[in-house]
Amino acid sequence: MKSKYLPYLLILPAIVYLLFFIGYPLVQAIILAFTHNGHLSLYNFRSALATPTFIPAFKYTLALAAVIIPTQLFLALILSLIMTRTFKGKDMVLYALIIPLTISDVAGGLIWYTLLSDAGFLNKLLINIGLISQPIHFFGYQYRNMEFLAIVLEELWRSTAIVFVIILAGMQMISKEYIEAAEVFGAGYWTRLRKIIIPMLKPSIQSALIIRTLFAMQIFGAVWMLAGRDIPVLAGEGYYQLTFIRNYGVASIYALAIAALSIVLGALYVKFLKAPYLEVSR
Amino acid sequence: MNDRTKHMLRNLLLYVFIFTVVLWVVVPIVVSALYAFSSRLDYYNMHKVIPTHYTLKWVKTILFVLGAWQGIKNSIVVALLTILISFVLGVPAGYAIAKYLFPGKDSIKLSIIALRMFPIPVMAIPLVVLYIKIHLYDTLIGVALAHTAMALPFVVLITSSIFAGVSKELEEAGMVFGLTRFQSFLKITLPLALPGLAAAAMFTFVMSWNEVFVASILTLKHRTLPAQILSIMAGSSGGAAPPYYKFAAAFIMIMPALVFIFFARKYLVTMWGITIK
Repeated sequence: MKSKYLPYLLILPAIVYLLFFIGYPLVQAIILAFTHNGHLSLYNFRSALATPTFIPAFKYTLALAAVIIPTQLFLALILSLIMTRTFKGKDMVLYALIIPLTISDVAGGLIWYTLLSDAGFLNKLLINIGLISQPIHFFGYQYRNMEFLAIVLEELWRSTAIVFVIILAGMQMISKEYIEAAEVFGAGYWTRLRKIIIPMLKPSIQSALIIRTLFAMQIFGAVWMLAGRDIPVLAGEGYYQLTFIRNYGVASIYALAIAALSIVLGALYVKFLKAPYLEVSR
Repeated sequence: MNDRTKHMLRNLLLYVFIFTVVLWVVVPIVVSALYAFSSRLDYYNMHKVIPTHYTLKWVKTILFVLGAWQGIKNSIVVALLTILISFVLGVPAGYAIAKYLFPGKDSIKLSIIALRMFPIPVMAIPLVVLYIKIHLYDTLIGVALAHTAMALPFVVLITSSIFAGVSKELEEAGMVFGLTRFQSFLKITLPLALPGLAAAAMFTFVMSWNEVFVASILTLKHRTLPAQILSIMAGSSGGAAPPYYKFAAAFIMIMPALVFIFFARKYLVTMWGITIK
């Protein structure tokens, strides 16, 4: 029977393509990283460790994720709870909220530069309403903490939308009957939220966290626009090593570091954020 | 009475909160668009929060002197190639997942979801070595091939959900009236799925349009728009571009995406699994 194989034939090209473009670079990255002049060696690993930005790149990448992602989750939860209500102009609000989905990290970085530069919107606004008399400096090596803040603000602005959309989708799938049943038994708003909505949202929260965390490990464009290498991050250092230093080995170490972090963090989420509700019912 | 005031107060708070959130999203876009056309004097005038004198100079310089126009053309070519390749590979796979039951389907679907998460930088850096060897380095098709690897899992998943939405009965009715399976796909399923596929194509376009890391690494002279912007506008330590050029660059970059989201907003939302009720 020919049609038994048809679905496989239809899927095969896509799978082969993906395996090639993901499998080949992964193997190649390991080869590039752990060989030197054709021999197996830790030379690249040692020279990566010796660059002064290696440890800071890890630290800043993780620190940015640690500040940004929990805040985003909190904001997205509140926004989704509000967007499940009905109110006037809801469609327009939803449209506005998802606009950042289509804005790239580079454009986001440039836009926030507009707002935060010395003669930018925020400083002018605050000076003109009399809250400050001198502009707040956000940019420059000596203001690295402010650059960090600028990146956090930009990422909250740009990439909360994806978390919001995933959580909202999850919230819309929760059957109204559970909530109504809880209401019948006298559960107040907070009890319903804690005992029903949040537990049932766990799968959505998990996938939103995984997606955001993986993207956060690759953070590049916004950092490059707002802080350059003042705030070193893994992807930025990999890019720098490759395009400015032409050191493929060290660049591959950075690439593998991103892959390793992604795998470890993804596995941790899967392990610690199990959705007990769904598993019991199965 | 007391309850009613409470209720009204809560509603008011809700609207204030929603209004603030919308402002938080929209104001940066509007401000940067205005500043992109602000005259130099207005920009540096600390008492002009909103500029009043406008000029096209910055946008024009970015476009025609600093190579963004060429970047736009390259970006469009790359995005169209990405759509073409990822649809040729992805639509059949999406169709198979939506319309057939076969052993291993769930694990194939799961692995495609997992592949979607593969970090792009890991892919790009070793690809340079390969591309130099096979003369794909600094070519638009090379970038498009890499972008396809990024977009393909999305295309498969999105098209499968679109095809799943087209009822099987219609296709079977076509086959009853003498069409082959392929013919009934072409004449019945495809036209019905077309709006959704168009939205998926636009989504792919935006993904490719916005992608900067791979494009920057795989090209040198034939840069896409984000890669070109990145190389002329690097952060405070690298680039010396005056601020108003940065706003002009941002404006040029986000325009197509804003147009896209306006036309595709209905699909964009369903694409992520939300339905507006």
